[in-house]
Amino acid sequence: MFIKQLSVFIENKEGRLQDVLDVLKQEKVSIISLSLADTSEYGLLRLITSDPQAGQKALKEQGFSAMLTDVLAVKLAHQVGKLQEILSYVCKAGLNVEYMYALSNKDNEASIICKISNGDQAAELLKSNEVELYSQDDIMTIFA
Amino acid sequence: MIWAKEETMSRDEIEALQLERLKETVTRVYKNVAPYRRKMEEAGVKPDDIRTLKDLSILPFVTKQDMRDNYPFGLFAVPKDDLVRIHASSGTTGKPTVVGYTKKDLDVWTECVSRIAAMGGATSKDVAQICFGYGMFTGALGLHFGLENMGAALVPSSTGNTEKQIMYMKDFGTTLLVATPSYALRIGEVANQMGIDPAKDLKVKIGLVGSELLTEAMRTEMHKLWGEDMLVTSNYGMSELMGPGVSGECEHLCGMHVNEDFFIPEIINPKTGEVLPPGEKGELVITCIYKEALPLIRYRTKDVTRLIYEPCKCGRTTVRMENLDGRTDDMLKIRGVNVFPSQIEEVLLGIDEIGPHYEIIVTRKNHSDILEIRVELAQAVDAYRKLEALEKKIKQKLRVVLGLDAKIRLESPNTLQRFEGKAQRVKDLRKEV
Repeated sequence: MFIKQLSVFIENKEGRLQDVLDVLKQEKVSIISLSLADTSEYGLLRLITSDPQAGQKALKEQGFSAMLTDVLAVKLAHQVGKLQEILSYVCKAGLNVEYMYALSNKDNEASIICKISNGDQAAELLKSNEVELYSQDDIMTIFA
Repeated sequence: MIWAKEETMSRDEIEALQLERLKETVTRVYKNVAPYRRKMEEAGVKPDDIRTLKDLSILPFVTKQDMRDNYPFGLFAVPKDDLVRIHASSGTTGKPTVVGYTKKDLDVWTECVSRIAAMGGATSKDVAQICFGYGMFTGALGLHFGLENMGAALVPSSTGNTEKQIMYMKDFGTTLLVATPSYALRIGEVANQMGIDPAKDLKVKIGLVGSELLTEAMRTEMHKLWGEDMLVTSNYGMSELMGPGVSGECEHLCGMHVNEDFFIPEIINPKTGEVLPPGEKGELVITCIYKEALPLIRYRTKDVTRLIYEPCKCGRTTVRMENLDGRTDDMLKIRGVNVFPSQIEEVLLGIDEIGPHYEIIVTRKNHSDILEIRVELAQAVDAYRKLEALEKKIKQKLRVVLGLDAKIRLESPNTLQRFEGKAQRVKDLRKEV
């Protein structure tokens, strides 16, 4: 139901992002999607990868603060109003979206990654509304 | 175990012995050391004026500057031929301060350190690993001979090559560690990285830490890494006075017992030089009363403490000096507020989400001081609001203790510098105005 997002703390310093990417490359971990916002002091690099566990282990060994976070990978039809529809379920239930970013545009769908305040409840809610969620296995086979 | 009978003498006995030795020392330096004689003449004092211990306060102070002015041997009270060892301080600013020892001085030093080691729980059965840098620094050789004299098995591994240090600890069954608190933390951290839990996989149960301040928060941090059952004691000394061995904590951890038959401590107001009554906090001044080569009289240590004269539960009657807050010359003045780095350390080490390493940076911008503190994340975080909450928590705790706002810089683990000797965690980058 959930997929593992790799969350890495990086200082806003020249070369830090590249250092993370170097480690992942060494480990042959492929990046499927990522999100990084602009902040002044530090950032959180959020990654969906082919092997989150291996990525986390390698990063920790290299002194990075890295952890795995459960997020939802939601399959959407590439149609006007689809995302709005899904959010309306979430909002009605009184849940909050903490962050969201695009997973992929493939064929006729536009899947997204989202972290919602109460993950379990959100997952149940979306499933009951017949929204499709990708599993970790799906991510590996479809996108990696 | 109490090492020497002098540690349990009555106050009258201690004071009688101190007076006798003080008179002898003052007479000798007046005769043999020209700069001392000049200072005493300027102050209008003669050796005969010392009739009671209270008369100590009429003698002039000696400072580090006096040692520099008389570099290298100008304050020595014996001919150079009588010296058997010479040490020097690192001297980060200007000339180093040079200290010398006669054969008898080395014996006294060894005795002092054996006493301190015994206070800290050491016995002849210990395997003692000395992770202080050997060389001109007095710490390593001081502890070395004191522990060897006690009958402990010495491992003089010095600093550096931390993985190998840990291998020795494991293979030799080291039970006692001598290191600066920051290096002890570093060793524990590297052990963890090697898959060794110092608390379970090593036998180190005694930590004699020194040459750097041991705050209570740092002691707690040591226990977290090395095990709750480790006895971590701090001890005090400085090369000018002898090296380690001036005072040390016993198992009751209620201040450091001064070897009073060799040293007389006083507490003064650092601004006026006036002697403060027992129990008050001020600058520690020490007089060496049983040294041949370099018997400094009323040496201003710049360390801030208070003296406790009540006998200790351990049975020792010697005066205790409270564990230090810091040195007067470590004190930072930030936006008019006096700040000891140790106060910042106490706050930071009390916060679980960050690691024990930190760096304090003070800069000046638009005529205002800026205090910035770099810390490492100890636990991974995956949300900005958690990082912001952590920053806020650190700021608030610092504000309560310091009365100042600090800028917090969160960084990845293992990014701040690690130290094998004395840690240098403060960078004051303000230009002198």
